[in-house]
Amino acid sequence: MSAPPATRTTALHAGAWWLWALGLATAASRTTNPLLLGLLIGVAGYVVAARRTDAPWARSYGAFVKLGLLVIGIRLVFAFVLGSPVPGTHTLVTLPEVPLPDWAKGVRIGGRVTAEGMVFALYDGLKLATLLICVGAANALANPARLLKSLPGALYEAGVAVVVAMTFAPNLVADVQRLRAARRLRGRPDRGFKALLQVGVPVLEGALERSVALAAAMDARGYGRTAHVPRAVRHTTSVLTFGGLLGVCAGTYGLLAEAGAGYGLPLLLAGLAAALAGLWLGGRRSVRTRYRPERWGARAWLVAGSGIAVAALMICANGYAPAALHPPAIPLTTPDLPLWPAASLLLGLLPAFVAPVPPGQTPGAGRGAGGDRAGGRDTGAGNAGGRGVSSVGGGGSGVADASVSPSSPSPSPLPPPPPTAASAPATAPAPASVPPPPDPLTKERTQ
Amino acid sequence: MIRFEQVSVTYGDASAPAVQGIDLTVPEGELCLLVGPSGVGKSTVLNAVCGLVPHFTGGTLRGRVTVDGRDTRTHKPRELADVVGTVGQDPLSHFVTDTVEDELAYGMESLGLAPDVMRRRVEETLDLLGLADLRDRAITTLSGGQRQRVAIGSVLTTHPKVLVLDEPTSALDPAAAEEVLAVLQRLVHDLGTTVLLAEHRLERVVQYADQVILLPAPGAAPLMGDPADIMAVSPVHPPVVALGRLAGWSPLPLSVRDARRKAGPLRDRLSALTPPARGAKTAPAAATTTTSNATSSAMAVPPLVPTPPASPASSLSVPAASPVTPASPAAVVSGLTVHRGRIDALHRVNLTVRPGETIALMGRNGAGKSTLLTTLVGMHEPSSGTVRVGDATPHRTTPRTLLRHVGLVPQEPRDLLYADTVAAECAAADHDASAPAGSCRDLVTRLLPDVPDSVHPRDLSEGQRLALALAVVLTARPPLLLLDEPTRGLDYAAKARLIELLHALAAEGHAIVLATHDVELAAELAHRVVILADGEIVADGPTDEVVVSSPSFAPQVSKVLAPLPWLTVSQVARALEARA
Repeated sequence: MSAPPATRTTALHAGAWWLWALGLATAASRTTNPLLLGLLIGVAGYVVAARRTDAPWARSYGAFVKLGLLVIGIRLVFAFVLGSPVPGTHTLVTLPEVPLPDWAKGVRIGGRVTAEGMVFALYDGLKLATLLICVGAANALANPARLLKSLPGALYEAGVAVVVAMTFAPNLVADVQRLRAARRLRGRPDRGFKALLQVGVPVLEGALERSVALAAAMDARGYGRTAHVPRAVRHTTSVLTFGGLLGVCAGTYGLLAEAGAGYGLPLLLAGLAAALAGLWLGGRRSVRTRYRPERWGARAWLVAGSGIAVAALMICANGYAPAALHPPAIPLTTPDLPLWPAASLLLGLLPAFVAPVPPGQTPGAGRGAGGDRAGGRDTGAGNAGGRGVSSVGGGGSGVADASVSPSSPSPSPLPPPPPTAASAPATAPAPASVPPPPDPLTKERTQ
Repeated sequence: MIRFEQVSVTYGDASAPAVQGIDLTVPEGELCLLVGPSGVGKSTVLNAVCGLVPHFTGGTLRGRVTVDGRDTRTHKPRELADVVGTVGQDPLSHFVTDTVEDELAYGMESLGLAPDVMRRRVEETLDLLGLADLRDRAITTLSGGQRQRVAIGSVLTTHPKVLVLDEPTSALDPAAAEEVLAVLQRLVHDLGTTVLLAEHRLERVVQYADQVILLPAPGAAPLMGDPADIMAVSPVHPPVVALGRLAGWSPLPLSVRDARRKAGPLRDRLSALTPPARGAKTAPAAATTTTSNATSSAMAVPPLVPTPPASPASSLSVPAASPVTPASPAAVVSGLTVHRGRIDALHRVNLTVRPGETIALMGRNGAGKSTLLTTLVGMHEPSSGTVRVGDATPHRTTPRTLLRHVGLVPQEPRDLLYADTVAAECAAADHDASAPAGSCRDLVTRLLPDVPDSVHPRDLSEGQRLALALAVVLTARPPLLLLDEPTRGLDYAAKARLIELLHALAAEGHAIVLATHDVELAAELAHRVVILADGEIVADGPTDEVVVSSPSFAPQVSKVLAPLPWLTVSQVARALEARA
């Protein structure tokens, strides 16, 4: 089935994207095989490249990739400096060890750095980075504000507050950039840490003013209007919600403690039911209605299902091929690519074919900025994948490019995960050097 | 529809009420314009209608405000949301959601309308405001005019009986302003909506108003009446009214069309004369002031520069410490292309700025005006082409050195001000420019005679803040001065002082480039007008040629007196005076 262009009506439910991404993340948490993790990153990157929009929130993917790299870096530095609990025989280098007093036994600074320890740290870091990239993919593909529409009515107002708070950060960054540029006009250096510090107060003042203005606007537009609810219902709501939460706490405790295994589960379930009933009743106080909520259709099932299937198959694979999923660091071995788990990961590519195509990417779309994208789609999937990787590189500068492309810092060269990533450097030469993510229109219009 | 009964508002710790003695009624289906100089409480009156005063801002409101029979004393803003739609000065701070369609629906969701009603109204509103193509766009990617239309649309979907707008066209280019006003017209005529709006750019709105409410001075009781009657006495008025007063037309014309009908005799008288040069070149700056003061006797604020009767050069002794000889240009831009993101913000732009010359950059929002200015101060590196300011290449020069070549007052002058007090700001400016102590403070004293040292820059009015930022920039005595949208939020008095000041600076040999949407400002000041469209220069020539030939960039006087080449009221006034 060919994917329709994404409009408000056909748009995929935000929850489906999140389920898909969490499925991939679950799969990532079940393996330390760098080849499989690389394949997962490739799958997520390909889908993002094929289905993300021009919207501002879609640009966060690059930030998540950078964060992933940072995590790997930190993990390696710690393993290098603080040593690793993994014993090993291949000494890479011996650092001078800092003598520590007796009470700090078990902590080591400096000393022998073994290849095994570093490889173990790398696998570990890569796993965490993959988790982050999966979350980043969900962020790029689904508008976080749309998820709000699926919240129960009683939580909606709190949800709006959270989303407004989330927009605070990008605004703050924009303010800092503008004010640092303005420092130049005063003849002061516009780079460096000091410049950042000195604009701090004006930035916070500006942010505060904007928040107050927004609060006034929201108030004037009816935020927080409530319906009249009989007193009895209000009290029942409080009792149910409060009691339910208590039940959930007690039930969880029971499940975790050995003695309470018997009553834990029923208590937890009863608590959950009561809390949900409380939320439902609480929703009657809110007069809100919902405008065009997203529908959960067949495509949403496919997208969510592919993620869940990937997770389930990886959990199964832990049963039949545990060794291949967790290549040992001691002794050092070259990890190999287990066929069936790898094949099951490729199921995660399904959304790239069934999810509706965002407007900027439809062939022949009239928008100037989308021209090169449209071309990319015409020439087929290989090119599209290359584009994805290159735009990641653009967001995270050259470093990010290196990590996502096949020759990532793992000890043995990864085989090219999807056929697409290998062609990345070749197919997308120019765009990789220009930073593409900022939407041209924003940049231009905000001037 | 809206009723004020003996209303006065006093904010928290203020000694005097912000507004008092307000007693008026706005009937249903009227477009009512609220005018007055800066700081007379226009925003307070507007916010009292939607209940934000006093529920949100605090303070004490005496008397009674009712909207559609609901007393704002007992109804909070959110309970008035279905009757009053409010759009503030900055549409960006109005938006709660992130896409156009969701934004239009947000208010209705809050009111709990049925889904099918919401869907129908969103579609209607998209068509009414011409937003259908933008429905899925993220709001941050829209232009100024589009944002303003979305903001109006977002309050229209709830079908309010009253619409309250604070300066809806101030930040817009002439075409976008026309769009927004056309929408308001349509609402009043077709839907019977009552519209109350405050606006500084009267030349854009006054002809559409059914009623005008004038707040003449802080604390004074408002005057309400027919637009022509009020304009006859108003301290703030558009050029067409100034021309009408000068020529003694009665009733006063409010639109170019009415004025043209009456202008026959005046055109005949003027056709024999050649227009004097605009501004301070031939006559001292005082002439401009005299005419504008004569026509606006109630102008309470003293002029920005204490205008001495002597030559203009002594009015502001900021000698342009120009390293260049008058013959060599202050800035040369050749073949300049600047990429921002994937698009060319500027494409092969050529521009030469000579000392003593004032250039107005015009063009719609997003045409590349600001990019050109910021490139001149080195914030963007040219992708190709060269930029020279004096003998420096801006993006390769350290900020400290560049300061002596070029100064930019940004769109938001507040961005330039960091200190807690005016005095500290001046001291910092002296330090930044390595100028002798006190030089910035001297400038401030000249520009703002009555501002004490201890005031926080945020507590200044828009005009005062602009003057302070200008003083800070001028401390380094740059031969090239750039201003980005300087008249946003300024009333006519503040604008007149700015014009006078810039004339004096140009007379001293400063080159001035200003990016502006304000055609009247360009007509008063500029020797040359450069029009940008999509990053390219589409027109570049003397003001009277470029501006007169364009319907959207022509000032009102030129439209009234066409085909005669007169641009400003002060030109006409001086010519008539000289003849008499």
